[in-house]
Amino acid sequence: MDKMPKWADVLLIPFINLLLAFILSGLVILAIGKDPLVAIKTMVEGSFGSTNAWGYTLYYATNYIFTGLAVAIAFHARMFNIGGEGQAAIGGLGVALVCLAVDWPHWTLALPAATIGAAIFGAGWALIPAYLQARRGSHIVITTIMFNFISAALMGYLLVNTLKEPGNMAAETRDFPAGAHLPSFHEMLAPFGVEFSKHAPANISFLLALLCCFLFWVLIWRTRLGFAIRSFGHSETAARYAGISPTKIIMISMMISGALAGLMAINNVMGESERLILNSVEGAGFIGIAVALMGRSHPVGVFLAALLFGFLTQGGAELQLWENIPRELVVVIQALVILFTGALDNMVRAPVERLFLKFKKRVA
Amino acid sequence: MQDAPKLGRQDTAAPAIELRGISKAFGPVQANKDISISVERGAIHGIVGENGAGKSTLMSILYGFYKADAGEIYIGGQKTAIPDSQAAISAGIGMVHQHFKLVENFTVLENVVLGAEDGALLRPSLAKARKLLTELAKEYELNVDPDALIENLSVGHQQRVEILKALYRHADILILDEPTGVLTPAEADHLFRILRNLKNEGKTIILITHKLREIMDVTDTVSVMRRGEMKGTIKTKDTSPEDLAERMVGRKVLLQVDKTPANPGKSILEVKDLRVTDSKGVVRLKGISFDVRAGEILGIAGVSGNGQSELLEVLGGFETATGNIHINGHPIDLTGKFSDGQSRRAQGIAHVPEDRQREGLIMDFMAWENIAFGYHNDPAYNKNALLMDNAAIRSDTEGKMERFDVRPPNPRLQAKNFSGGNQQKIVLAREIERNPDLLLVGQPTRGVDIGAIEFIHQQIVALRDQGKAILLVSVELEEILSLSDRIAVMFDGQIMGERLPGETDEKELGLLMAGMNGKAA
Repeated sequence: MDKMPKWADVLLIPFINLLLAFILSGLVILAIGKDPLVAIKTMVEGSFGSTNAWGYTLYYATNYIFTGLAVAIAFHARMFNIGGEGQAAIGGLGVALVCLAVDWPHWTLALPAATIGAAIFGAGWALIPAYLQARRGSHIVITTIMFNFISAALMGYLLVNTLKEPGNMAAETRDFPAGAHLPSFHEMLAPFGVEFSKHAPANISFLLALLCCFLFWVLIWRTRLGFAIRSFGHSETAARYAGISPTKIIMISMMISGALAGLMAINNVMGESERLILNSVEGAGFIGIAVALMGRSHPVGVFLAALLFGFLTQGGAELQLWENIPRELVVVIQALVILFTGALDNMVRAPVERLFLKFKKRVA
Repeated sequence: MQDAPKLGRQDTAAPAIELRGISKAFGPVQANKDISISVERGAIHGIVGENGAGKSTLMSILYGFYKADAGEIYIGGQKTAIPDSQAAISAGIGMVHQHFKLVENFTVLENVVLGAEDGALLRPSLAKARKLLTELAKEYELNVDPDALIENLSVGHQQRVEILKALYRHADILILDEPTGVLTPAEADHLFRILRNLKNEGKTIILITHKLREIMDVTDTVSVMRRGEMKGTIKTKDTSPEDLAERMVGRKVLLQVDKTPANPGKSILEVKDLRVTDSKGVVRLKGISFDVRAGEILGIAGVSGNGQSELLEVLGGFETATGNIHINGHPIDLTGKFSDGQSRRAQGIAHVPEDRQREGLIMDFMAWENIAFGYHNDPAYNKNALLMDNAAIRSDTEGKMERFDVRPPNPRLQAKNFSGGNQQKIVLAREIERNPDLLLVGQPTRGVDIGAIEFIHQQIVALRDQGKAILLVSVELEEILSLSDRIAVMFDGQIMGERLPGETDEKELGLLMAGMNGKAA
């Protein structure tokens, strides 16, 4: 069977998908009596127009890189982990416990410890659904989504009853010690003479996310474990023939997935709020699914898709703020992007593929 | 369905089907090149060719699955456009696919009617179908219980349901794609009787097969295809299997395996009282015992689904069992707790699995990844404890591809882009070059072209001559008879008997395969 060139597959198709999503979004904005061109200008300026804007966009993108990688690695083992939301929340618990347990002298010590805490808690939360899938055959989609609800309830309980500081009216922990403060982009870039906004939440976790992208690539395409995970993901019968244990692969890949989702807490809990609050994940776990789908489970793709969704989140917030476009509509725009890039991918792919083949034949 | 007969079908002088100048390309691959063929009404017409010769593509065009790039189709002398299978059915073409397209938990009657119901209510259609089925059963020996569930029917009967489906849709032209692949010799004979009956009633039959003996037995005319081209149509009585094979491959082919008598040494594999119960609680192996010695090929004959697959899976380490298996005198764990495919490989067992596309290869992996598949823990394939040495695997793959004549010799090509024969060569190269004490081979030449079959057989015999033990499982009796030094026949999870190839024949083996003891009968 013939295929279209790879660049079209990787770049052109997502681009057309996005374009369609934006055109449709424009029509929706037009329908409520606003100017789509002003809206897009507001979005772009609000997410890329200043270092402050960049700081927010990259902050959201960091969240989505972690959750996107989490979903992506599970995809490689043909597991659909939609529990990123819960795993990230529990990862936040791990981060909070680590940060509050010790009066950290410096972030260089706190960050590795919190990273381990986030990863262990996130992985642990994924472990139970993984075990149920591997040994009991309970479908991973069902169990992981159930675990999202359980984690939400658990976090609510802990924050209200156990972790809340006496006298505080909000369901949140006390602030992390100053030694657990992660360098923000402002602090990181100041020595190089770059003036980055003081108030933007983007922090050093962005670099951790990039490191995870690289390690993800090494793991999947350069190690035996990655080989085994991909083998299992492509064909369980073949994996069994090769002596690759399905149980082991399901457990390991799901735990790595949960750990990656948990690592998101380094960014939002440790890097941004510097305390554990309720609903800290804010849907990033679910957006990770769209990011992984759009990024084709490849770290570079995940990175680019995470940037896009960072832009949508930040730009959407700006729309709401300046254009008086209701929040619900911003969600509609995000949903359209997910719909076109994820669910309706084949709608664009088939005609474009045909077009390419026709063109090729004419040339040949 | 349409009861009004098509004009073209009335014209009895014109050929039933005529294809003129059919071409079809998939990208750079020209699957059909300017093919013209004419099939006489009331004839059984065979189409032979190696895998990838374009037989299936041609039939898919005729049945409306693909649209030809160029060319015309004439049905009964009338030019007909066949954009989809519905149009093919209206034109009186019926197809029996290699893999049946039946709903397992529907009855025969429901399957026959499915998609061709007369109206919103099912009952009239079912009644009509029941009547027709009774008539057809009498007329053509096509007897099947209309109320039986498909899943309870034997493969031979399921195939009859497929034929009935086509006839219910008023098919005048019946295309059968590799129909005997899953049948016992007796079932195949029955099928051919049915086909002859259909022919006598004026139906036209196109038989696609790679089994030359069937072509010789049952067809009137035969067309040979090679590399997308039609290499001519001959009267069957004017040709011979050797002649056909030569036309198919384009050179002289050895249909018989050239091998010296075996020189068996010590016992390598000893199996005692092996029992397997599958996850549904069905007993698949009912206590079988045998041994394979160094330097001999033990062939296991049998219709597929009689426990051979489970036997290979147990030996390959991915199915649990009870009983005893010794390899080189060492017991191996059958509980699955302390062993898997990896430990089997470490014990000197290599395995060419029955289904290379689902087990032996990962179709989306590149050739070099498939060469490492199952041996990815080999130190030679790894740089250190953590990283694999992809470059080393690729260069090893290049050598293997050259020695096993894999074409194209490109390690970066995905497995799915190789032909069946070349896919099998990749698996064989991987397993044979491990220099195993015992080689398990399942269906080594299924879906493999004649040229490659010759090569694969030579490789297996060469390994035997190096003093290795080989367990061969095949549903092709010819293959079993020509390769094996000893033959065991399996039926219903048991070994019905052992024979020496020189002292038995297809008839006796066929009886054993059907569960009857040949000597007693």
